[in-house]
This record gives sequence, structure tokens and C-alpha cells, in this order.
Amino acid sequence: MVTDSQEGKATTAARQPLEVTKLQELVYELKIEQAMTKKVITASPDDTLRHLKDVLRINRISGTPVLLGEELVGIISIEDVIKALALGEMDARVGAKMTTNVQTLFADETIMQAVNMFGRFGFGRLPVVTRDGKLVGILTQGDIARGLLRQLEIDYHEEEIHRYRASHIFEDIASDQTGLVLRYNVRARDFSHCGEAASKLKRALERLGAKPAVVRRIAVASYEAETNLVIHATNGGQLTAEVQPERIRIVVVDAGPGIPDVEEAMQAGYSTAPDWIRELGFGAGMGLSNIKACADEMHLDSKVGVGTRLQIVIRL
Amino acid sequence: MTLGEIASKLSLTAQTARGKLDTEVTGGYASDLLSCVMAKARKGNVWVTLQAHLNIVAVAALLELAGIIVTEGASLDPATLQKADEEGIPILTTPCTTFAVVAMLAQLGIRGGDWPLASQE
Repeated sequence: MVTDSQEGKATTAARQPLEVTKLQELVYELKIEQAMTKKVITASPDDTLRHLKDVLRINRISGTPVLLGEELVGIISIEDVIKALALGEMDARVGAKMTTNVQTLFADETIMQAVNMFGRFGFGRLPVVTRDGKLVGILTQGDIARGLLRQLEIDYHEEEIHRYRASHIFEDIASDQTGLVLRYNVRARDFSHCGEAASKLKRALERLGAKPAVVRRIAVASYEAETNLVIHATNGGQLTAEVQPERIRIVVVDAGPGIPDVEEAMQAGYSTAPDWIRELGFGAGMGLSNIKACADEMHLDSKVGVGTRLQIVIRL
Repeated sequence: MTLGEIASKLSLTAQTARGKLDTEVTGGYASDLLSCVMAKARKGNVWVTLQAHLNIVAVAALLELAGIIVTEGASLDPATLQKADEEGIPILTTPCTTFAVVAMLAQLGIRGGDWPLASQE
């Protein structure tokens, strides 16, 4: 059965590109010690199977490692008890009926190792030991499922906390007017980082709990403004976003070259971009008109030889 | 229809973010000028372009596009691939032209978005 389903998976993987899901990623990240049960019920080789049967029943478990003092000497399961019951050997000692060649897992290995071991041997449980052989826990397939679910929940929760903290800034901090200022420096001609200020601003607003449709308008407007700094501004410039509960104001300033005819520049499709910039996909001459389409208010002031100041306001 | 289904029907090669091919595609947009894409592509759209520059990833991430189909076998540099993986933006490649890809998408029932921008969302 196990072999069949594994082969089935292998063929699918060959046909389709490998998909690494969050869960598969976690299987490689999560350590066995994070998922194992630490409180281990153990048996002694001198216990009778009759006694073991009660231990398993009372603790609702299906097997235990066998310890002689501190040393792991074997493992015994409910199957051994059933066999003994059938043969009328309930007074036999655990030491005589246990499996002595015990497969173990190391506490610092990943869950992936455990998944492989369970797949290969079909065991119900595996004792977990430290590198010097001390028993520190026990791992079942149920522990793996629980461990992965818990980790997924922790990851999800952390992002929730980030969002919660950020989205309550305006309620938690009292003043007559609370604002959050985010400033991004944009370098001229740095096309490989172009768009980073806009994407950082977008992430910040998402965490602050702004509505997705508004966030996308802000993203488009700030991306266009950032791109203008990269393409046109002699020495780059600064994009400053001031976030208030009701609205965001974005001010973009540079120190030249300045726009000779602002009205002409505002027309959709008007472009001064040289060919090499067009080849990169920029210079469509849509930047300023895109910003205008996204903004609730827009002011553009420019003076040749001095610089340009763009201010936009978008209601949140 | 998901991006993965489109990829298999059009024999596209997934280059990045292979874990995100189950995204439902809401429509399509084709252009090589980034500002036009910024203005008109909508969330969940698949974008067809022959641009392979790093900035296609920024545009797709900002607009929350389902993915990018890069046409005419344009070669993607390692920085673009890395950024796309980081941002979780699937890039699919094909030797076909943009026109041919759009024609095939239309046959699969993928529609273009509506103008104006105000109806976005």
C-alpha cells in the first residue's frame, strides 16, 4: 500500500513541476524535539506483561520503550501483549518479549528523518534519544501531525500579531493628531531597486489595516513617483508618506532637473524618455496621468534647475 | 481556471514560485510598457509580456497579479528569478509570441479587464 502510493506520487512529480508547499517546507524545518512527546512512559525488563497491559490501558498508549536504569534496551508494544495473551504467557517478563534491536531518532534531526523512518519501517512509534544515547522523548505519527499544525498556527499567529500591533497604532497612541511618517530614499538610475519603496510602503499599509483596493491605488501612484525619481531626477530623491487615520499624504521631492512644462508633462503618453529607458519597459509617458487617476488630490510644482515637488493625497 | 492549468494547456515552463500555480486567474493583460500595466492590469490577472527585466516582478507584486508569461523565449537573469521566488510571483516562459499566447488564452476563456481603473477590485 505504502509503496503503491509513493510510486504514484513519484510519477506525478515527474510530469508536473515540483511544488513546495508551506507544509513540506516545515517538514524540513521542524526539529523532532519540537514535536515529540517529552513525558515518556517506560517499562522495565523485569515487569510482567500482565503489568504492562495495565500500564498501556491506563495511559491509553500502544507501546513503550524499555529502560534498564538509564539505558534504552528495547521497545514493546500492544501486539506483543496480544501475542502473549493468546499463548497464555502473561506472566512472562517484558525483557523476554521485547524487540531489542531498537530504531531510534535523534532529537536534533528534522521531522523529515522521522517521516522517512515511519515510511520505511511502518512502526507506530520511535524513541527519541540525544546524540549520547539518552532517552528524551517518543514520537508517533500523531505527534508529527500535531507538531506541524502547531507550527503553522504559530507562523500564522506571528503575522497576525504584527498586523494587530500596527493596525492599533492610531487607537493606542493618543494625541490631537497622530501621524506616521515613512521616508524612502530613491537613487537615480538604480533600476534594480526600482519599486522597492512602493512595495515597502504597500506592506506597511497592509499591516496598518488599510483596505486592499486603496492600498493598490497607493501602490500604483507611489511606484510611478518612485520610477520618475529613478529615471529623471539628477540625484534621485525622497518619497515621504505621512499616514493618518483618515488619509495618506505622499510627498516626492527631488533637486532637478525640473519639468519645463508641467501641463504638457501631465498629458497621457507625453514622454521624454530616451530609447534605452523605453527598452527597459519604462517611459510610456503614463506616469503622471496614472498618479492622477489614483489620487484624490494631486499637486505638482516644478522649476527647471531647482527641482520638482509632487504631493498626492489618498483617502484611506 | 488556475495558472497551473493554463501552464499545462499552453505548455509553458514554470520558472519561479512553483508553489503558487493554484492561483485562480481573473483575466489577462498584455503590454511591454510597465506604466500601461500599472494603469490597466487588475489583481489576479495574468500578464503577457516579452520584458524579462527585474522590474516586471515589482509591477506584478504591487498589483498582486496571478503571474507573468514571458514570451519569445526572452532570457531571465538570475536576479529576476530570485526576486520572483522571494515575492512569490510565478514566471512562466514560452517560445511563442505575445500575440499567439493571448490568442490561446482567449480560447481558454481568459478575458481582458475593463477600463477605467476606477472599477478595479
